[in-house]
Amino acid sequence: METILIASGLRKTFTLSKKQQQLEKTNQKVKVAVDGLSFTANKGEIFGLLGPNGAGKTTTLRMLATLIRPDEGDATLDGISVVKDPDAVRSRVGFLTGELKLEDFFTPNYLFDFFSSLHGVEPAVAAGRKVELFGKFGIDHFAEVKVGNLSTGMKQKVSLVISVVHDPDVIIFDEPTNGLDVLTAKVVTDFLLELRERGKTVILSTHIFSLVEKLCDRVGIIIDGRMVACDTLPAVCGGMSLEDRFFELYKDCKGEEA
Amino acid sequence: MKNILTIMKKELRRFFGDRRMLATLILPGLLIYVVYSLMGGALTDAVGGGGEDMEYRVLLHGSSDMISSVTLNSGVNVTYYRCPDCTEEHDRDTAATGISEGSYHAYMVIPEGFDEAVMTYDPAGGLPAPEVKIYYNSSDADSSAAYSTLLALLNALESSMANRFDVNVSPDVAFDVATEEDLTGMLFSMLMPLLLIMLMFSSCMAMTAESIAGEKERGTIATLLITPIKRSELALGKIAALSVMSLLGGLCSFVGVLLALPQLMGGEAMDAVDASVYSMGDYAMILLVILSTILVFVSLIATLSALASSVKEASTLISPLMLVVTVIGVSGMFGSPDKSLGLFLIPVYNSVQCISGVFSMSYEPAQIILTVAANLVTAGVFVAVLTRLFNSERVMFKK
Repeated sequence: METILIASGLRKTFTLSKKQQQLEKTNQKVKVAVDGLSFTANKGEIFGLLGPNGAGKTTTLRMLATLIRPDEGDATLDGISVVKDPDAVRSRVGFLTGELKLEDFFTPNYLFDFFSSLHGVEPAVAAGRKVELFGKFGIDHFAEVKVGNLSTGMKQKVSLVISVVHDPDVIIFDEPTNGLDVLTAKVVTDFLLELRERGKTVILSTHIFSLVEKLCDRVGIIIDGRMVACDTLPAVCGGMSLEDRFFELYKDCKGEEA
Repeated sequence: MKNILTIMKKELRRFFGDRRMLATLILPGLLIYVVYSLMGGALTDAVGGGGEDMEYRVLLHGSSDMISSVTLNSGVNVTYYRCPDCTEEHDRDTAATGISEGSYHAYMVIPEGFDEAVMTYDPAGGLPAPEVKIYYNSSDADSSAAYSTLLALLNALESSMANRFDVNVSPDVAFDVATEEDLTGMLFSMLMPLLLIMLMFSSCMAMTAESIAGEKERGTIATLLITPIKRSELALGKIAALSVMSLLGGLCSFVGVLLALPQLMGGEAMDAVDASVYSMGDYAMILLVILSTILVFVSLIATLSALASSVKEASTLISPLMLVVTVIGVSGMFGSPDKSLGLFLIPVYNSVQCISGVFSMSYEPAQIILTVAANLVTAGVFVAVLTRLFNSERVMFKK
């Protein structure tokens, strides 16, 4: 197995406002979102980050996608540092999260071309990819409908397609099936499996156990910004179901029942 | 470079595809024309001059004890004096030059033997009454005020004398020595800077806030930020597109104001105010100044918008600036007593002074060059700041 992504000692803190301090009942001015997180992901695997809300999954993914800079630590992608050379990393990863929106005013067709151009994809290559991806996700019938007029599911599909216009080697998905109906969710998970088939690396975050069990080759469990377990699915579970194992880990970590 | 163009094309497409946004661009120019046409003539009354303590200097040709004593008794501050070497009556042009140079405010000609002629004049006789001529310049506020004062004085005298003489009745003499250039220059140089600066600012404001703070608010800018384009390319692409659109808006407003101002004067003055007194060179200078000013506005507003997390917040940040810009615009109404070149290094203020200067036909190329250069440098600084802001996660992703 060839390692493509190495995250080592990633740490990210956010400053809390006075109000947030009151809400969280703390005097500390700084909240540690991710605390010395390290893991690796291999080529051609689906790696899942599993954790409760607020564990630091999204923050970790945003650091990997170079949207934010880690306070400490680094991650390399194909040997390229997200801290030192974020522009080069951006051209190799695709990032999909609910916070990345598409402008309602434009059509999927136009947006595909626009982002292809920004990613430096040759127009001929982009055109071929567009036909393929639009066909696969059924966007072809809606190619000239403004994004604002599309259904939620269709919007999600367009976002997904746009995030991979440059055929990246590493695809980072934050909660890929959140808010999707079962049919659309299936299309998305099938696509993730297909990406793995093609030798791509998928890093996804979720709090849904079944999704991890169904898709992931390896899993990292994050609680309070720390990696409490990281290995292949069977090794992490140790004969238990993932759900039981998670609650056991959570209890060990927090010293209380979830 | 290619990325800058791609971003630019997207912005332009976004804009021109949207009828509402297009309307916000063209409407101000159109509205100002309509409103001013309706207001018509409102301005002529408003352009006042002189003041309580103003001393009006009137060059006198001929003499009349009657007029002198009336002036003295009325308490108005008019000083008559004569030009020592003049025996002949000045012609109109000489009078005009004297007034525009400020040597005197009006030139009054009293016919020889006026007092006697008035006494012996028979209103029923059918002969023309003795006439006092007063030359003045209506585009010069002080000259205009001096004329009104003299006219009021003489009219009162005339009534008390049972209309035995007349003031300025010769039909073939233009007593108002103001030329078309004078009038147009006065009106345009007074109002143009303020109107242009404000219209430009507001057209930049709406679009730029929408394009930067709006994209942040809707989360679409993050999608751009995860592409491998440089932040500086994003900043330049946006500013270039916004400037093109604002320039278009600025030009619409410019044409609107150009056509509207003569309407505002209303009546006879309308024909005297004519934008064609300016040469193509003058207009080219104005265009240069407008373009550089728009770059300053767009980059400044873009920087503020990047700091805001919503269009609403951006508007809040920008509105105090609108006030500042208005005040600077008003400074153009009075012209600047100090024309030292250093002042042309102050962005926006320099634009106002240049526009005012070009329209009053009293500008120097060095002023325009300095203005454009200073504005370009300022815009460049803001583009650099904007690039930094695009790079800052705290600014771009704060909730």
